[in-house]
Amino acid sequence: MRSGERLAGGPLSLSLAARFGLGELPLPLLIGAGMVLFWSALALLADVIAPFDPNAADYDAALVPPNAAHWLGTDNFGRDVLSRVIHGTRADLQMGIIGVLCPFVLGTVLGSIAGYFGGAVDTVLMRVVDVTIAFPFLVLMIAIITVLEPGLTSFYVAVTLVGWVSYARLVRAQTLVLKSSDFVLAARSLGYGHLRIMFRHILPNALIPSVVFSMSDVVLVILAGSAISYLGLGVQPPTAEWGVMIAEGQNFMTTAWWITTFPGLAIVLLALGFSFLADGLGEKLGVRE
Amino acid sequence: MSAPVLRVEDLTVEFTAPGGPLRAVDEVSFELAEGEVLGLVGESGSGKTLTCRALIRLLPSRRARITRGVVRVGELDLMTLPESAMQRVRGERIGMIFQNPMTHLDPVMTIGEQIGESLRFHKGITRRDAAGRAVELLRQVGIPDPALRSRSYPHSLSGGMRQRAMIAIALAGEPRILIADEPTTALDVTVQAQILRLLLDLRDRAGLSIILITHDLGVVAETCETVAVMYAGRIVERAAKRALLRAPLHPYSQGLIRSQPGAGAPLAELPSIPGQPPSLADLPQGCRFHPRCAYVIPRCREIRPPLADAGAGRRSACLRWQELACPS
Amino acid sequence: MTALLEVRDLTVHYPLPFGIGEIMTRSPRRVVQAVNGVNLRLERGETLGLVGESGCGKSSLGRAILRLIEAKSGRVLFDGTDVLALDKAGLFAFRKRAQMVFQEPHASLNPRLTVAETLAEVLRVHRVCPRAAIEARVPELLEAVGLSADLGARRAAALSGGQCQRVAIARALAMGPELLISDESVSALDVSIQAQILNLFMRLKREMDLTMMFISHDLSVVRHVCHRVAVMYLGRIVEFGPTEQIFRDPKHPYTQALLRAIPRMDPDAEPPAAAAASEPPSPVALSAGCAFHPRCPQAMDVCRGPPAPALRRSDQAEVACHLYPV
Repeated sequence: MRSGERLAGGPLSLSLAARFGLGELPLPLLIGAGMVLFWSALALLADVIAPFDPNAADYDAALVPPNAAHWLGTDNFGRDVLSRVIHGTRADLQMGIIGVLCPFVLGTVLGSIAGYFGGAVDTVLMRVVDVTIAFPFLVLMIAIITVLEPGLTSFYVAVTLVGWVSYARLVRAQTLVLKSSDFVLAARSLGYGHLRIMFRHILPNALIPSVVFSMSDVVLVILAGSAISYLGLGVQPPTAEWGVMIAEGQNFMTTAWWITTFPGLAIVLLALGFSFLADGLGEKLGVRE
Repeated sequence: MSAPVLRVEDLTVEFTAPGGPLRAVDEVSFELAEGEVLGLVGESGSGKTLTCRALIRLLPSRRARITRGVVRVGELDLMTLPESAMQRVRGERIGMIFQNPMTHLDPVMTIGEQIGESLRFHKGITRRDAAGRAVELLRQVGIPDPALRSRSYPHSLSGGMRQRAMIAIALAGEPRILIADEPTTALDVTVQAQILRLLLDLRDRAGLSIILITHDLGVVAETCETVAVMYAGRIVERAAKRALLRAPLHPYSQGLIRSQPGAGAPLAELPSIPGQPPSLADLPQGCRFHPRCAYVIPRCREIRPPLADAGAGRRSACLRWQELACPS
Repeated sequence: MTALLEVRDLTVHYPLPFGIGEIMTRSPRRVVQAVNGVNLRLERGETLGLVGESGCGKSSLGRAILRLIEAKSGRVLFDGTDVLALDKAGLFAFRKRAQMVFQEPHASLNPRLTVAETLAEVLRVHRVCPRAAIEARVPELLEAVGLSADLGARRAAALSGGQCQRVAIARALAMGPELLISDESVSALDVSIQAQILNLFMRLKREMDLTMMFISHDLSVVRHVCHRVAVMYLGRIVEFGPTEQIFRDPKHPYTQALLRAIPRMDPDAEPPAAAAASEPPSPVALSAGCAFHPRCPQAMDVCRGPPAPALRRSDQAEVACHLYPV
């Protein structure tokens, strides 16, 4: 491919090696991608990497500070903290990803319908959005989970019912803008039907800000998930999950600080990874938050 | 003959890029005499806007750097001045107006306030005096009911009036040189004529010297005295307007003139320049126009043609300019 | 023989959103009167130019003709059938026969699709050729508009303005329409590229036997490619006739002002004299009577009051001006 590519009748044609990827990747993108990959590897290979069974209790070695045998110490049941943190990655990563995917899909569908068809559909939907946004989202989620049974599934339902609004608004805004763009007008003049225009022409372009937003949303969902689990409403003990670990260790914060600190650190680092990814992706795709 | 008010020598602007620096403006030199209207002509990508922004050191991004050049205004060399001194130069010695007035006017300040801001900064007068002077300036640029307009916001003005307002702001500091970057391109034809007329009146009344950047040869024909044609960052021809339009001495100028509709017979095929302007990352060796040139010879690929003296004050960067002057 | 396109009394109004003050005083809704009772005829094989400055309604007229925007009233007869009354199936069939090329080269192409995908989509949706043949047909289309086949893998951002317009033209002509409307499609291009695209239009018109409508604010472009020209001002056609006639002997005062204002690339050109005074009013609060009379140097009393002057014959042209007898 010719190295000189032209930009919109503009004065400069800078060299870009390819449309995506190679060439200039912003540093945050690389750092973030690296961190996320690291955690993903941890989650996938948890069984292989973790030195101990996360649920194996060893009362003789309870509340042991970090040492050669247990790098991050043990908790009050004698379970190896390092192994629990590693296994906890699975739960938190899963919460983050599914907890973003479901609202993303629901919000995108509703937002694009509202934006494209406008009129009464749009008005009704926007009022629903307004009502949902009025509640602090954690409060709303706790309310929903309490009504359903506490557990991971309820968490997903709650986060979907609460989180779809951000995506709906983003996609709707983009749809409105794209609806009056020249290439959509061209598509109409070519006789293309509504479905084709919506799915082939509008949506792929409308999704970009949502994708960038979803990266930072993962951070919020992971934090929410940990908080919910900390409150005992999400992941149930004895499953290893960082929020649960913090809850279980809070009584020992002064005596055995390692039980709460390391899972806390893990949450921060995972969130940071996604945050960098979001920044880098945003910079790369030209979206400013 | 008085000394030129502006002298640009070997101005060069480069952009940093992963594959090496890209030269967007390449050793551009020209002079502006007092009271002259110089047309800087070129298509998009020719570097004409960048040249003028580099003149006043208002480069668009941090990646752009002026790597060579001397810009003399009076006794000053603008390239050596500190930024604080440049702020005085901009507006007091050289003013600039742009293509799209709506984006270059502050939407939350009234016109009067914007003119006043320039007046207070450059002339140091009080706010009350500035308000009065602003109205006077608006009258001079031909805005009807200037007192009322002075209190209006940009969005309530039409395109032509916004452009006049921008001219008023640019002239508030009483610069002797005005750079007009495609001031009429975004305007309707009837309004365009009015704005060009205004610029010429201001030149006559206030002794302005004007650099008019444009891609429209018709505008050049009606308003400019001298013309410099730019292509891919270089000046390829410089001449008095009449001489250039009657007998261009560079194949690009020639192609440009001939491809204007209205030049030839209606419904016939328009002579056009084949191909497209080169990308900065992929500049041709030797003469940058040679891949598209009908007069190309092997030497054109090897050496970079200098902007040679073509007699009678003209200059051409074509090795074969003499043949263009007298086609056999 | 019926004209290919006949526009009768077409009116397009855009309602403006209500302001609080208007709701309180129950004022009637303000509208932008973009097109007001326009009549046009386009014969097969001709190129009609539609000129005017911004706000005159020429783009709205072009889009209303293709039914891309709603018209308030009037009829658009394409080959005898009223486009504005077509049902869904009829509209789909009509779209195959009448197409448009837009002004902004990059904006009219979907940034996510490659050139080949864009063209293949047209062929597929309109079943221009059997599916198996689509892949071979795309390079042919590209070559027909002067692009090399390997540009098919690129996306719009990797193309120049001229190349984008060529793709847009290829897309519009892929299903073999009879009518092609160019809505300022060369205005955003550099002069040397503009010349190439104009040549392309003229060549394709000959080869494909097209009928064209050329909307532009650039009179010299229109003069070069059009057989007949219609001049629009604030939603009405004020003058209409053969190109050379209009340019050599403009009758309507607005046309005269317009022509005087065009910068001419004449080596001995003089700076412009003051052209038409002030600027066009907004097409929201149009005066009754002739739309141009507030700026007209030859305005008479009759010009002020309703009705607006109708088009009447004068020599070979039609003019909407009271200066000329009906």
